[in-house]
Amino acid sequence: MPKKTIVPIGPYHPLQEEPEFFKLHVEGEKVVDLDIEIGYNHRGIEKLSESKSFEQSVFLVERVCGICSTSHPIACVQAIEDAGDVEVPERALYIRSIIGEFERIHSHMLWLGLAGHFLGFNTVWMWVWRYRENVLDVMEHITGNRNHYAMMKPGGVRRDIFSDDIPGIKKILDGLKKALALFRDAVIDDPVIHARTKGVGVLTRQQIIDYGAVGPTARASGVTIDVRKDHPHAAYGFVDWKVITAENGDVFDKTVVRILEMFESIAIIEQCLDKLKTVPGPVDSNPKEIKPGDGIGHYEAPRGEVFHYIRSDGTNRPVRHKVRAPSFMNVATDRVAVLGQSIADATIILAAVDPCYCCTERMMAIDTDKGKPALHSPDLLRLSQEKTARLQRELGTEGPKLDFGVFS
Amino acid sequence: MIAAREEILPALRAKLGNTIQEVFEKSPKRIYLQVKAEHIPQTSRILFKELEARFQIATGIDTPGAFEILYHWAFDLCNCVVTIKTKLDREKPEIESIATFCPAAEWIEREMWELLGITFKNHPDMRHLLLKDDWPEGRYPLRRDYNKDMT
Repeated sequence: MPKKTIVPIGPYHPLQEEPEFFKLHVEGEKVVDLDIEIGYNHRGIEKLSESKSFEQSVFLVERVCGICSTSHPIACVQAIEDAGDVEVPERALYIRSIIGEFERIHSHMLWLGLAGHFLGFNTVWMWVWRYRENVLDVMEHITGNRNHYAMMKPGGVRRDIFSDDIPGIKKILDGLKKALALFRDAVIDDPVIHARTKGVGVLTRQQIIDYGAVGPTARASGVTIDVRKDHPHAAYGFVDWKVITAENGDVFDKTVVRILEMFESIAIIEQCLDKLKTVPGPVDSNPKEIKPGDGIGHYEAPRGEVFHYIRSDGTNRPVRHKVRAPSFMNVATDRVAVLGQSIADATIILAAVDPCYCCTERMMAIDTDKGKPALHSPDLLRLSQEKTARLQRELGTEGPKLDFGVFS
Repeated sequence: MIAAREEILPALRAKLGNTIQEVFEKSPKRIYLQVKAEHIPQTSRILFKELEARFQIATGIDTPGAFEILYHWAFDLCNCVVTIKTKLDREKPEIESIATFCPAAEWIEREMWELLGITFKNHPDMRHLLLKDDWPEGRYPLRRDYNKDMT
């Protein structure tokens, strides 16, 4: 009988609101079970929010996640506006979409870089992150911060985007499109990436529906849900774009969905910037009070739907503020995705729903008989990278060809 | 599968009949229904399996009179969120689990159990989700009297 080993992954990763602790049960090379434990970084934000005013709670939920630091505020202000029937000026809606889409681009680029690193393509990692810097520079120029933009408030946004800045932003978007096209072609055509990601970590359509998974995780399995399209808000109903889906539900399709989504994001930003030239201000309706009642706000964050529920009793503080991040639904699908897969693929499968990465870098395998570490996280990463190198030798290729000479 | 916003309420009325205690249409995008706690499993099954709504999340609230649970269901084809509200007895808050047929609800029921002290009967895997395993019994952080306990 094969020896059963438990591989603990985690528990700490301080960036996202859900640090996971995975206990991977393996028999030889095969994963036979997975325990997921969360809560190592539970900060009680819902409870804290009950002691803050509505305006302050927006800053609070901005700290839920460092990567999608504008998705939670957008969902939160929409919930407050829904509870209090607050009108939002049209110009503010366009600015909300612009900030939200820039965030999606930088988040997807972060994921693409790390996915490249896990698979052993460090060139992809370095180059993607180099272009991600341009996106962060734009955000710093518009909002004053590379992250935590503090742009959203009930009734509008805090800062306007000036007409003088628009040509500069568009120029950066043009450069980004060329770079993204290179990544797209490199990933979609590379035989080794195919061998490592196609048919790996498959989630079926029914599993997505049962677990209520959202975002690119759901769309890669052929479930066409996108809050931006299904429940139009901000400026998503005023511009022309399409929802990207794929059919196979494996890691490859999740990658392709994320890459193609970035092109849609750029299209949305460009159209919104054009509208800003003609739609006049103000950008804030300055609501004075929030009526009593229930309010629901949801927004499509880079990882899927962010959901906020607010109950107001007519004072300036919420009675109850419920926050649900997309990973709360998506991480639960990891168990069905990883069963029966090989341990060298576990790294990329657990990363495919795009949780945070610090956990994956703290992997360690314990030999249950001896009770001491047998494999550490660098070993698991090495296993993954070695598999790619082996495939490259067998297939006689060198990995994605990236020539950035023309753009740098 | 429901494809238009106008069909939602008639379909719910036809399927649920007089188990609906109260209907409140806050806006074209938001419908709130009140049902009794014992009708929650049946209501949820109809929404999830027959009307193919997406389970978004549930919210537990500690209100002065009772514990409330709000089940949020998204109708993604018609831009509408239907929220099923129910009230539980303050002294003995318990309700049937819906995770038996809706795996998406498994984690949130564990969360409501440990943070608010609501018992979910027949839950497939009831243990701590966010709090540590040796968290003292009977201390529920999201209850209103939690801070009073501390002193």
